[in-house]
Amino acid sequence: MIQEKLSVTTLPEPEIEYEEPALFGMMAEFEEHEELLKAARQAYSEGYRRMDAYSPFPVEGLAEALGHEASPIPLFTLAGGIIGGLGAYFMEWIAMAKLYPLNVGGRPMNSWPNFIPVTFELTVLIASVSAFIGVFLMCRLPHPHHPVFNVPEFDRASSERFFLCIEADDPKFELSETRKFLEGLKAVKVTEVKE
Amino acid sequence: MLSLRCLAFNVRRSMFLSILIMETIQGSEPRMPDPDKPYPVTVLGYPAEMIGPKETYARVSEQIAGIPLKHPHPKFWLIAFALAGAMFLLFCIAVGYLLYRGVGIWGINIPIAWGFAITNFVWWIGIGHAGTFISAILLLLHQKWRTTINRFTEAMTLFAVMCAGLFPLLHLGRPWVFFWLLPYPDTMSLWPQFRSPLVWDVFAVSTYFLVSLMFWYLGVMPDLATVRDKAKTKWKKIIYGMSCLGWRGSARHWQHHQSAYLLLGGLATPLVLSVHSVVSFDFSVAQLPGWHSTLFPPYFVAGAIYSGFAMVLNLLIPIRRLYGLQNLITTRTLNNMACVMLVTGWMVIYGYIMEAFMAWYSNDPFEKHMMWDRAFGAYGWVFWGLMTLNCVIPQLLWSRRVRTNGLYLFLVALSVNVGMWVERFVIVVQSLHHDFVPSSWKMYYPTKWDVFTLLGSIGLFLMLLLLFIRYVPMISITESRELIAQRKEGQL
Repeated sequence: MIQEKLSVTTLPEPEIEYEEPALFGMMAEFEEHEELLKAARQAYSEGYRRMDAYSPFPVEGLAEALGHEASPIPLFTLAGGIIGGLGAYFMEWIAMAKLYPLNVGGRPMNSWPNFIPVTFELTVLIASVSAFIGVFLMCRLPHPHHPVFNVPEFDRASSERFFLCIEADDPKFELSETRKFLEGLKAVKVTEVKE
Repeated sequence: MLSLRCLAFNVRRSMFLSILIMETIQGSEPRMPDPDKPYPVTVLGYPAEMIGPKETYARVSEQIAGIPLKHPHPKFWLIAFALAGAMFLLFCIAVGYLLYRGVGIWGINIPIAWGFAITNFVWWIGIGHAGTFISAILLLLHQKWRTTINRFTEAMTLFAVMCAGLFPLLHLGRPWVFFWLLPYPDTMSLWPQFRSPLVWDVFAVSTYFLVSLMFWYLGVMPDLATVRDKAKTKWKKIIYGMSCLGWRGSARHWQHHQSAYLLLGGLATPLVLSVHSVVSFDFSVAQLPGWHSTLFPPYFVAGAIYSGFAMVLNLLIPIRRLYGLQNLITTRTLNNMACVMLVTGWMVIYGYIMEAFMAWYSNDPFEKHMMWDRAFGAYGWVFWGLMTLNCVIPQLLWSRRVRTNGLYLFLVALSVNVGMWVERFVIVVQSLHHDFVPSSWKMYYPTKWDVFTLLGSIGLFLMLLLLFIRYVPMISITESRELIAQRKEGQL
C-alpha cells in the first residue's frame, strides 16, 4: 500500500475546498441609542440570552436590558482597598516597631498618627490598581481580534452607530427567524457576522 | 420673564452669588441670543453653550480623531516641538552637569538647602492638581462643562507630576540611590523612616502619578478605538489597535469601564486633596517660622488648584484657537474656569491674610519677625511682586469681558502662573533665610544652573504635551458624544 503510493511520480492536483466560515451571529445596526435600548429589551423578552450590544458611548441601562449581571468591579476595589490599607499599616508597624525600631524623641514605636498618610495613600493605590486590572479581567482585554470586526459597517460602532449582535450559539438562534426578528426592530441594516 | 430679568440684574450686582447661581441652576437655564455677543447667553448674561449647536456624533468623532490622524498645522507643531526640544536639551545638559558635579552647582547653601529644586517641585505638582480636580471632583459633582477639557488636563497632570517628581530626586545629591526611599527588604536591614513627611511624599506623589495614569488610560481607551477605526494606513491601524487593546465598545465593556471610571474618580477625589496636603506637611511639620502652621494643607491645595487652572487656560486658549476647537471648548468653559480661578484665588488670599494675622496674634517674636522680613526684608520685592501677580491682577476676573476674552484671560492666567511660582519661592527661600538665630541668616542667589533646570523642565513638559496632542485625541470623544446624546434628550 505504502510502496504503491510512493511509487507514484506525479501527484494529482489536490482539490482545496474553502470552508465557509462559521456563523458568529446576526447583527443589526441602529441610528440612535434609544432604538438600541428598545431592541435589546425586546430581544431579551423574546428569549435571546447570548447577545451583546455595541455603542460609541456608554448607554445607561443597556447592560441590564441585555440581562448582564452587575459588575463586580466595586467588590474588587473594596477588597483592594482593604488589603492596601491593612498591608500598608502592617508594613509600617513591622518596620518601625519590630524590624528597625528607632526612638525618635521618646515617642511610642507604634506611633499611629504618623502612619496614617502612607496607609491612606496605599489604600487608594491598591484599590485603584484593583479596579483598573478588574476592567481588563472582566472585559477580557487585550483581545485584538473579534468576529464583530469582520462586519465592514462595524467601523462606525466607535463613532456614530449602535449595534446589537445575537450570537449563533444562543439556543433560540435560527438564521431566518432571527433575521426576521431583527429586521422588525427598525434596524438600518441586518448583517451576518462570520467567524 | 421680565421679572426674572430684573431679578437677574439685581443678582448680577453681587457677583459671587451669581457665580454660585450660575453653577447651581446650570442645565435647566433658558438661553437666548444676545445682539452684542457672538454666543447665546443665559438670563444672567453668561455664555450658555457647552458644545456647539450643530454637533453630531459623526462630526465630533471626525473632528477630534482627525487631529492625531491628519496632523493639521504641521509647521506650528514642528516649530513648537523644536523650541520645546531645545529647552529639553538644556535640561539634559543641566542635569548631566548636576550628576557630574553635584548639587553644589546650584545656589543652595545651609540654611537655604531647598532653593529652586523644591520650589519647582511644589509648583509643578500644584499644576497637576487642576487636572485631577477637573476630571475627578467635577465628574462627581456632575459639572458637564468639564467634559471637553478633562482629557487634556489629565494629560497635563501626568506631565506636570513627571516634572515634579524629578526635582526631589535630583535634589537628593545622589539620585542613583533614590530607591532607598522605597520600603524593600534590603541586605542592610534598613527601612525608610515612616514618621517623616519626606517619606509620605514619596508615597503620595507616586500614588498620585499611578492613579492619574490609570484614570487617564481608562478614559482614553475607547477614543483610541475610534482613531483605530478611522485610520487609513496599516501601521496606524496596528498601533492604535494595539494601544486600545481591541476595545469594541460592547455593553459588557462599557459596564465594567464605567464602574471602574466612577470608582477611580471617587478614589482620586480624596487623593488630590491629600497629595498637596502631604507636600505641605514637608513644610508645616518642621518647626521653622513661616512653615510651622496648621493653615498649610488647605492653603496649599487651594493654591494648587489656582495655579493648575491658570496653566490649563494658558495651554488651552492657544490650542483651542489654533486647532479650531471653539465648538467644543466653548466660551462657557473658559468662563467657568475663570470663575474657579477667582474663587480659589480668594482662598489663597485668605491664606496670606491668615498667615500675617496669626504672626501678629500669636505674639511669637520669631513669627512676627518672619512676617516683617517677608514684606520688608531682603526678599520684600519678591513678596510685593507676588501680591501683585497673585492677588491684584486676578481681580480683573470679576469682569465678564475678561473672563470671556481669550487674550485677556491668557494674560491673567500667565500672571497667576508666575505668581504661584513666586509664592512657592517665598515660602521656601524667605522662610529659610531668616530662622531663629541671626548667626545662621544667609542669602540665596540662584545660579544659571538653577534657571536652566527650571526652564528645561518647562521644555520637558511642553515636549510631552506636544507629543500628546499630536498622537492622542486631546478631547474625550466618548464624553462629547454623551453630551450630544444628553442634549438630544433635553437634559442639557
